[in-house]
Amino acid sequence: MKRLTAIAAVCLLASAGAHAADPNLGRNLAATCANCHGTNGKAVPGGGMDSLAGESKAKLLQKLADFKSGDKPASIMHQITKGYTDEQLSLIADYYAAQK
Amino acid sequence: MMLMKRRDFLKAAAAAGAMASLYGCAGGNKAGGHVVVVGGGFGGATVAKYLRMWSEGSVQVTLIERNPAFVSCPISNLVIAGTKSMEDITVSYDNLKSKWGVRVLQDDVLAVDTAKRSVKLAKGGEMSYDRIVLSPGIDFMFDQIPGLNNAAAQEKIMHAWKAGPQTVTLRKQLEAMKDGGTFAIAIPKAPYRCPPGPYERACVVADYFKKNKPKSKVVILDANEDVQSKKGLFVKAWNDLYKDTIEYRPNSEVKDIEVASNTAILEFDKFKADVLNVIPPHRAGNIAAQSGIKLINNRWVDVDWLTMESTSTPGVHVIGDAIFPAPTMPKSGHMANQHGKLTAAAIINLLAGQAPNPTPVVMNTCYSFVDAKNAIHVASIHQYDAATKLVQPVKGAGGVSAARNELEGKAAMGWAKNIWADMLA
Ligand SMILES: Cc1cc2nc3c(=O)[nH]c(=O)nc-3n(C[C@H](O)[C@H](O)[C@H](O)COP(=O)(O)OP(=O)(O)OC[C@H]3O[C@@H](n4cnc5c(N)ncnc54)[C@H](O)[C@@H]3O)c2cc1C
Ligand code: HEC
Repeated sequence: MKRLTAIAAVCLLASAGAHAADPNLGRNLAATCANCHGTNGKAVPGGGMDSLAGESKAKLLQKLADFKSGDKPASIMHQITKGYTDEQLSLIADYYAAQK
Repeated sequence: MMLMKRRDFLKAAAAAGAMASLYGCAGGNKAGGHVVVVGGGFGGATVAKYLRMWSEGSVQVTLIERNPAFVSCPISNLVIAGTKSMEDITVSYDNLKSKWGVRVLQDDVLAVDTAKRSVKLAKGGEMSYDRIVLSPGIDFMFDQIPGLNNAAAQEKIMHAWKAGPQTVTLRKQLEAMKDGGTFAIAIPKAPYRCPPGPYERACVVADYFKKNKPKSKVVILDANEDVQSKKGLFVKAWNDLYKDTIEYRPNSEVKDIEVASNTAILEFDKFKADVLNVIPPHRAGNIAAQSGIKLINNRWVDVDWLTMESTSTPGVHVIGDAIFPAPTMPKSGHMANQHGKLTAAAIINLLAGQAPNPTPVVMNTCYSFVDAKNAIHVASIHQYDAATKLVQPVKGAGGVSAARNELEGKAAMGWAKNIWADMLA
């Protein structure tokens, strides 16, 4: 265990300087939607929420942009999309588009 | 037998940790080690599943929960109103075991030794961990309401603020109440678990009365000076639907109770009800409050928002209702689930020797029913702000429903089914 801690400390130092985005940022951001749209975008069948897994990135981004602008009427998605930057929504769309 | 199994498991966990250390820093290093999760509610079940899923099985996870199955507080108000059953809000831990490889122990954690990194279990023995996640929810400060501070009183006056036997008893009390009776619900000063929850309960009980005991009344004794969540929408529902049924009394803190007569004692007044429902003030679940980690106001755990790690005690992460929240963040199941995911991601990075995600985001939605079918919501999104080291609500985002409607009632049930699956399926 001591050795693991030592290596961990060195790694932490190495990565702290970089300020790089987390390699799993898209995954982490997409998980904030899973409470309603299901783990990895697979909604519970018959639960009344839309699955997002496997939708094309272009379609997802279009819908999200339309919610954000108000063009697509919604009960809640217009309020949620405004909480994320366009870059974040793009990462989320990448993640869901890649799910099978 | 049990002990043998535990020992074998711990050996396996240690081996996994040692394996991980061989990978080093370069890309492709894997997280390893053993994480103990205390509490299988909204926060704990989520962090357990996501640790296993995101580490692709390389992190060993033991979830310790005292109850045999998960019982959801969300939707429990509909059980109290008689339109849903206990079965509807109960979910088994079986998938966490069989599908995700979480080791689920039905046991009570008596103490955490944060220096030795081990927990003491009620059924005997100790278990060591590399990191621990506490998601114990809340415990009540019964000493604040002296008359309620004994077992007999607590068998008669329900809080039903943890779903389970109390939910069933409160339902039975309402069924047994005569038409023309009064149900009083007492709300503690904020912060408390689920800000809109008491007002939702008042609404759905009033709906039950209107349909079944039309001469009966609901009185809300609120310790706060005003409605704490979705005020405009709740007040509109009370005016439109329950004008003759619901009475709202602000600044009405319950200081004590007389159990025999079902009387709530306020500062200058008394209120006698046929069914008295008192939600006492609460604080972080005892195991978090008593582990020697830093608390704020002696009630809630102070955490680092990049990792949900205690600010005082390395290796101890605390999530859900037990924490001192970031600005405008409610104590909700939705939020506890989001804390769980933030923590799973952070722990996997830390166990692999990487820095945690520097830009975490969490979001909240709380749906509330105002009758058996119509619901309203409140939503918010919180992004990490490096200057304040807090997740801060995004201005101009989130908000409340335009109006109560059945579509949102369907969304509320859809939310419940999906979040239960996100934690436990
Ligand atoms: C009536 C009501 C309605 C609500 N409605 C909503 C809603 O619509 N939406 C929403 O988002 N939230 C809602 N909430 C709030 C939500 O239930 C809580 O915010 C949520 O449960 C918090 O999750 P948690 O993991 O912190 O605690 P919990 O879900 O309470 O889980 C804690 C678990 O830890 C276990 N535990 C504690 N200590 C130990 C120990 N020492 N050893 C072993 N096990 C232990 C407990 O048995 C429990 O299972 C509602 C709450 C109520 C009361
Ligand atoms: C609280 C529940 C909830 C959360 C959380 C949530 N959504 Fe939604 N989503 C809905 C609902 C409800 C709809 C239907 C439109 C409406 O009424 O707002 C929807 C619709 C959508 C649609 C359109 C689906 C279709 O096929 O028409 C997309 C895309 C979407 N959401 C993406 C997301 C993303 C991305 C996130 C996370 C950033 C997210 N949602 C978070 C509830 C939610």
